[in-house]
Amino acid sequence: MAVVELIKIENLSKAFGNKVILDNISLNVYQGENLVVFGQSGTGKSVLLKCIIGLLKPDSGNILIKGKSVVNISNKDLNEIRKNTGFLFQGAALYDSMTVRENLEFPLKRHSKISDDEAYEKVVNTLDLVSLKDAVDKMPSELSGGMKKRIGLARSIITDPEIMFYDEPTTGLDPISSKEISELILDLQKKLKMTSIIVTHDLNCAHIISDRNIFLKDGKIAYKGKIEELSKSDDKFLKNFFSNEIIH
Amino acid sequence: MELPKEIFKKYLSFNEKLYNFFVTITGLTIFNWEILKQIFIPPYEISEVKKHMNELGVKTFPIVSVTGFVIGLVIVMQSEPVFVRFGASDYLPGATAISIVRELAPVITALIFAGRVSSGIGAELGSMRVTEQIDAMEVSAINPFKYLVVTRVIATTMILPILTIYVIFLSIIGGFIALTISQGMNFEYYKNAVVTSVTFGDLIPSISKTFVFGYIVGIVGSYKGYIADGGTEGVGRASTTAVVLASLIILLFDTVLVKISLMIWPL
Repeated sequence: MAVVELIKIENLSKAFGNKVILDNISLNVYQGENLVVFGQSGTGKSVLLKCIIGLLKPDSGNILIKGKSVVNISNKDLNEIRKNTGFLFQGAALYDSMTVRENLEFPLKRHSKISDDEAYEKVVNTLDLVSLKDAVDKMPSELSGGMKKRIGLARSIITDPEIMFYDEPTTGLDPISSKEISELILDLQKKLKMTSIIVTHDLNCAHIISDRNIFLKDGKIAYKGKIEELSKSDDKFLKNFFSNEIIH
Repeated sequence: MELPKEIFKKYLSFNEKLYNFFVTITGLTIFNWEILKQIFIPPYEISEVKKHMNELGVKTFPIVSVTGFVIGLVIVMQSEPVFVRFGASDYLPGATAISIVRELAPVITALIFAGRVSSGIGAELGSMRVTEQIDAMEVSAINPFKYLVVTRVIATTMILPILTIYVIFLSIIGGFIALTISQGMNFEYYKNAVVTSVTFGDLIPSISKTFVFGYIVGIVGSYKGYIADGGTEGVGRASTTAVVLASLIILLFDTVLVKISLMIWPL
């Protein structure tokens, strides 16, 4: 099967004031793969994701999603691309004032002409995928951290996106919930055949879900490869990074 | 929406207050332009506007009810001895009604509304900003500016005139009660005095300016919340500064609008 390039990043740079966050990064993401972006805190992992989805405008360089540039593009065209993507935020970013059902229906009803019954059925089916069917009428304040992440994930996938972005999907969760979320992401990726970029510094999560990994350091891609290769590397920095993480 | 912060920093870095002032003025101007642009573009989010109008009305109803009643009561209590001293107590109901209609009710209602609503919108949107809910809306291909800001600004603009009319009514009732207690005022006499004193020339400019005040409350609260950063501290800051700024702008605009209305409808 031919390898299809879904996201292409060319010479991307982004700085905040005098601080350079991303420095001339080039990267390709292929259809169906799970790419994990590693790096210490503050190395620009989330900034990279936000540039790809158009939440931040790069200072230079270009980003192409399915051949279309998201850098110099009208809001209308950018939204057309966004309809085909999902984004799981670090804190899940559920809308506080809405119930779980309303949270999930919100993107669904706005982008498709769907009846209330069909929307509800889709909500229940999607919640079933993340094993939280019973939470349909709960408010976000009634959910635990892990449940919020699952609902956030359900909201992101309800529109059947082709590309998923995960910003620290396991941060703030206990090891068991982290593992469950990681396995869920892998499971959904297999079921829904999505392409995913996962930003994390959780090695256990990367072990479970990654096909390919890149490591950001000083604004550049310092290392790339499979997790096994990176963890066995003789490089002093990588050794130090991996030795401080517990891998099951 | 991008502010030219770097340019301001370059030329105004010597004075933080001056820098903040220019950032706020520019930000509000851009915000205002964006609202005026988006207000006419579909989807119109009418159900959201209705929802906000309902919420804001319910939220401010008790406080403006008390205020409205007390304004009328106190104005009559304070003015009565002076009117009696000058032998003009017959003019008291009319004079009280005119001062309530022309100035007191619109401005006091607007200031109370700013305190209650501007801070609420600032806190609500600020909290949505720092918890990435606004970003989540944007990546879902939903226009958060339209959904969150434009709807709230329309709601505040529409609801404040309604609240002001209600406050005028309650204040006049308050005035009547004060006069009944002190002078045993006859309701028919009081009503006739008020109706003959207050003209459309008093009512139209007074109600018209509350549309402007409502718009100010909405835009300032939304602006402060929408640009909030720095976690919970930023949310608190957005809420507090929204009230102060909205109140100040209301008073500034009131001065200008009074001058304009006096030119159009002279006393």
